[in-house]
Amino acid sequence: MLRKVLVANRGEIARRVIRACRQLGIPSVAVYSEADARAPHVRDADEAVPIGPAPARQSYLSIPAIVDAALSTGADAVHPGYGFLSENWRFAQACRDARLVFVGPSVEAVRSMGDKTEARRRMAAAGVPVLPGSDGAVTDVEEAAGIAATVGFPVLLKAAGGGGGIGMARVDAAADLTGAFAAVRRRAEAAFGDAAVYVERYVQRARHVEVQVFGDDQGQVVHLHERECSIQRRHQKLVEESPAPGLSPALKDGLTRAAATGARAIRYVNAGTMEFLIEPSGAFWFLEMNTRLQVEHPVTEEVTGLDLVVAQLRVAAGAPLPWRQEEIRQRGAALECRIYAEDPAKGFLPSPGTITALVLPEGEGIRVESGVVVGSEVSVHYDPLLIKLVTCGATREDAVARMDKALAGCILEGVKTTIPFLRRVVAHPEFRRGAVHTQMVEQGAFNA
Amino acid sequence: MPEEIKAHITGVVFQIAAHAGDRVQAGDPVIVLESMKMEIPVEAPRPGSVKEIRVQVGQTVQDGDVVAIME
Repeated sequence: MLRKVLVANRGEIARRVIRACRQLGIPSVAVYSEADARAPHVRDADEAVPIGPAPARQSYLSIPAIVDAALSTGADAVHPGYGFLSENWRFAQACRDARLVFVGPSVEAVRSMGDKTEARRRMAAAGVPVLPGSDGAVTDVEEAAGIAATVGFPVLLKAAGGGGGIGMARVDAAADLTGAFAAVRRRAEAAFGDAAVYVERYVQRARHVEVQVFGDDQGQVVHLHERECSIQRRHQKLVEESPAPGLSPALKDGLTRAAATGARAIRYVNAGTMEFLIEPSGAFWFLEMNTRLQVEHPVTEEVTGLDLVVAQLRVAAGAPLPWRQEEIRQRGAALECRIYAEDPAKGFLPSPGTITALVLPEGEGIRVESGVVVGSEVSVHYDPLLIKLVTCGATREDAVARMDKALAGCILEGVKTTIPFLRRVVAHPEFRRGAVHTQMVEQGAFNA
Repeated sequence: MPEEIKAHITGVVFQIAAHAGDRVQAGDPVIVLESMKMEIPVEAPRPGSVKEIRVQVGQTVQDGDVVAIME
């Protein structure tokens, strides 16, 4: 078992990982920037180390600061959470070089799946369907235009070094391609230090459904069923659930098989997520693989009754997977709503500030993952995710009804939040029917 | 008539998109703020020329702060 784990993150996910460490009796080390000295995750951990000023580049994204913190506290492992350095292969490599266990997949898996064009190639070679598009990075606009003409407009331009919806543009017509191509290259360079761009067909009214996978050092790979994540703004998720409503058994079987096949093909170890788009016709395509714990992992935990973070720590220590595929069942339904410090009335603009009042719901079937308390400063420097509200029930209707009540019972003052918007989503007749797709938010389906 | 351009959110100046003397159209970004991992342009309210940029890259600005002046 691991001796001591440094948690290289902040907010709710740092607290979640610290909780799992405690459950296993492993001491935990928090790291914090100057802005986070009084943050809840710092108080939760057994030890805490300051790692630099508020801007993330100088603290939570500083590989030397985090590796030094781990070594100076005698930690033998690092859990990266999600975001920040979690999908940075150089960080995984730096941990390996410092003889620290990286709680996640191999450096090679992080690297190959982090290069989105390489990921497409690897998955296509494994027989997983990938969206029609460019074979690799596209360097000039004429080449992009040629591919777009072949696959048909609209297309998506994406950053090869990116993911998570960052540095992406939809192009509806050939006339818009030149401007969009230059803009995406510029954004990709700024965000990822890599201007490489690739082209994919854009699927209208698609659903975003992903499959949780888990592998171990012995080469076993299992899936933990699917999550529906179609309610998104700016290509980032707001609401997730498991099971995905209304999937035919054949489609579900196809997705989970493709996910496990893809993960096996790259000898994947630890927790990961294979993301897919599903067309209205039922055809599905690999989008990308997230080589880390996913924000929305709690919905999978609620329907399977399994603890993914505890399993991550055990598998990272070299233990075999604690479950066989046939033991992993999906029971009931679970739903997650992400409470962001954003103003839905102003196009989800960020809303930094100080939390002056906070009352969170509790009770049967309600789980709260919160990174904030009364008095917390919501800083411009970090992701606006404050709290994840998770409900479950014997049926989807039960879980949704609970979410409706739970959201109504949330009081959060001092910053604008997505709560009013989320309440409209869970009350919406199309959502209640499970008829969701990725363009609903931008099309204004849930506007007040 | 000089006109103040104000930030509509709190953030850190990520990029200066227009400079003193530049002609801009309504809706052109004058500066770009970064807040909570998002890039948010502060746009020219009308066509005209930029008289002065009042902020620097890396500076934190509050909602309502003047970031630039238009001629």
